[in-house]
Amino acid sequence: MATRSESGPTVYLNARLLDPRSGLDVQGALFADKGVIQDLGPRLFNDGVPEGVEVVDCAGACLAPGLVDMRVQLGEPGHEHKETIQTASKAAAAGGITSMVALPNTDPVVDDVAGIEFIARRAREEKLVKVYGYGAVTRRLEGRELVEIGLLSEYGALGFTDGLQAVADAQVMRRALSYSRTVDTVILQHPQEPSLAGGVMNSGELATRLGLAGNHPLNEVIMIERDLRLVEMTGGRYHVANVTCAESVEVVRRAKARGLPVTASTAPHYMILNETAVGDYRTFAKVTPPLRSEADREAVAAGVADGTIDALASDHTPHDQDAKRLPFSLAEPGIVGLETLLPLSLALVHNGRMSLLELLRRLTEGPAEILKGRADLTPGLPCDIVIFDPERPATIDPDRFRSKSKNSPFEAHMVQGVVLRSVVDGRSIFALDSGRRAA
Amino acid sequence: MQDFEAIARPGYRHRHLLGIEGLTPAEIGYLLDLAGHYAVQDPRAHKHSPLLSGHTVINLFFETSTRTRTSFELAAKRLSADVINMSVAWSSIKKGETLIDTAMTLNAMHPDALIVRHPDSGAVKLLSEKVNCSVINAGDGSHEHPTQALLDALTIRRRKGKLAGLTVAICGDIMHSRVARSNLHLLTTMGARVRVIAPPTLMPSGIERLGVEAYMDMRAGLRDVDIVMMLRLQTERMQGSYVPSIREYFRFYGLDRDKLALAKPDALIMHPGPMNRGVEIDSEVADDIDRSLIQDQVEMGVAVRMACLEALTASLRAPTEVP
Repeated sequence: MATRSESGPTVYLNARLLDPRSGLDVQGALFADKGVIQDLGPRLFNDGVPEGVEVVDCAGACLAPGLVDMRVQLGEPGHEHKETIQTASKAAAAGGITSMVALPNTDPVVDDVAGIEFIARRAREEKLVKVYGYGAVTRRLEGRELVEIGLLSEYGALGFTDGLQAVADAQVMRRALSYSRTVDTVILQHPQEPSLAGGVMNSGELATRLGLAGNHPLNEVIMIERDLRLVEMTGGRYHVANVTCAESVEVVRRAKARGLPVTASTAPHYMILNETAVGDYRTFAKVTPPLRSEADREAVAAGVADGTIDALASDHTPHDQDAKRLPFSLAEPGIVGLETLLPLSLALVHNGRMSLLELLRRLTEGPAEILKGRADLTPGLPCDIVIFDPERPATIDPDRFRSKSKNSPFEAHMVQGVVLRSVVDGRSIFALDSGRRAA
Repeated sequence: MQDFEAIARPGYRHRHLLGIEGLTPAEIGYLLDLAGHYAVQDPRAHKHSPLLSGHTVINLFFETSTRTRTSFELAAKRLSADVINMSVAWSSIKKGETLIDTAMTLNAMHPDALIVRHPDSGAVKLLSEKVNCSVINAGDGSHEHPTQALLDALTIRRRKGKLAGLTVAICGDIMHSRVARSNLHLLTTMGARVRVIAPPTLMPSGIERLGVEAYMDMRAGLRDVDIVMMLRLQTERMQGSYVPSIREYFRFYGLDRDKLALAKPDALIMHPGPMNRGVEIDSEVADDIDRSLIQDQVEMGVAVRMACLEALTASLRAPTEVP
């Protein structure tokens, strides 16, 4: 299958149409023209396809809204040796992601209008996936002065976060949550109480054996609990990124039951790996917050399945070899994830924890709603779709990643699920070569 | 640890000595027996063995340590090895020369054994994966210090005649101590009962799952023990206040006559040194020639390190040996 650079009238035939928003799950076809979904359904073009319409035969594969990845580090500006907007966009396209949102912890930090505009301009130049940015909550991520939340929102910032740093000062967080209501934006927190979170891996027996400083799950829970009090006080919209432990899931669950405007997300590695992945000082499994116990891993997966955790994000964090080939405590935390988000997440479906439609909700509509966007198959919306085979087996091979960095602990990990095609505004931006492995 | 070249190394089947965890009782016993052999040699009569003649041993220390480095140097020289001492200031590591760069440089020198101390847990293992020679861990962060545990075990065995069945209390800053970790692995593997005693702020979580009993009351922990192993309060590894004051630490966790009286009447005292007198141990106890093994520990250090060098370099010598 070749990729097209223009978006003429195209029909995607013989697809299993999946739309979490409407609950649609039928065999059928989708018709797009001028970059927009025109129609879809089981009976579409049953009597033949009109002339001049390009036909993409999906051969029974799944067709769903393109994935929305709400937590990505681009590397650009400032760390282009690790990743660029171009390489990240190619990786995202190969992963079925049609929209991604970049953390502001670049160099310089995205804490002004120029930073947001830069990302938008570079994304336009690449013409691949849609790239958006968050603004920092505080200038230079220093945790003191609020950025111009209103102006940055006007220029396209989808939310505000200090990236890998928690907004530690309670007064600053209170004001951020309070002020964010003026433009109805969301404040995303990296849930780690910094005065407690000095460790480099989950605390417990393994950290003790390895002689590594431990990071206790309570560091996360304490920060979330504090913030929820502030949410209650201010009414601001609050999002917990990278939920990693059982108690956090429970705290979020209770807050939602009380009707607080709180949402949560996690990354596939917190559902698939536990702390033992860092045994033998494996720096590729060093992430922040750290991988937790098996019970925590299980609880996070359950939280995703029951909807307490609204969204799955790749938490794509590219690092070159020099940043990882260091003693464990000195190595940078993070895993690349754009190309493995869907195949790894599909494990939840294959092991019977949740339906395919529900999983897709966490990957599309869930994150889109948090960011006040849309990601569904409603006619009239941009044709941003992914076509994938959820059954096809593959082996993850970081050497084949389009990402500039290859820091993944999932090398040789067996998955089931391969992205066949990604389409943005009706343009095919990725199509799997026949016989080539996707992951 | 890699276990190739198993055939070439009867008794110790690993290429490196990175830690005690994972070694079998037989391997530990082999190293202790070998060390015991060196320990009974009169150093004045047997100044040098030609065992490692023509071989190069590099002492690579990323942390300053006069005692351990000298002990390794002496051990290597008694085996007639060429010894190179390299000290790498921590500041230059921070500036950008990575451990991997260092490994490449060292490989070009073709050493036979590398003795490495590093302030980060796991760093010695990382280095061992990048060099072609045998590596001995001379202390990595808060992880392991295997030769210290071996010399402690040898010291105990020489005085008590055994390790199995003894009750050993390790007291002090367990959280930051590589000596404690190596010792608890070794002693539990060899059949001793191990207690660890520390204030809760210096007790790492999950320590009981390593097969030891944890006490925060030193008096309870010392009751009826055979060996009291004190640890240095590692103020340089501490960020933040782990204990309110040194005065308070000594009151509750310092070893003095009063607390020692709770141990068995013939209980012996150990300390890996250097001691903070009046902080973790009272001079009166430390210098008690009937009870204190501290000087013996220093002496056993050379014998143990000779044994480790011999065990690890066995295959190097094999081709030149006359059948």
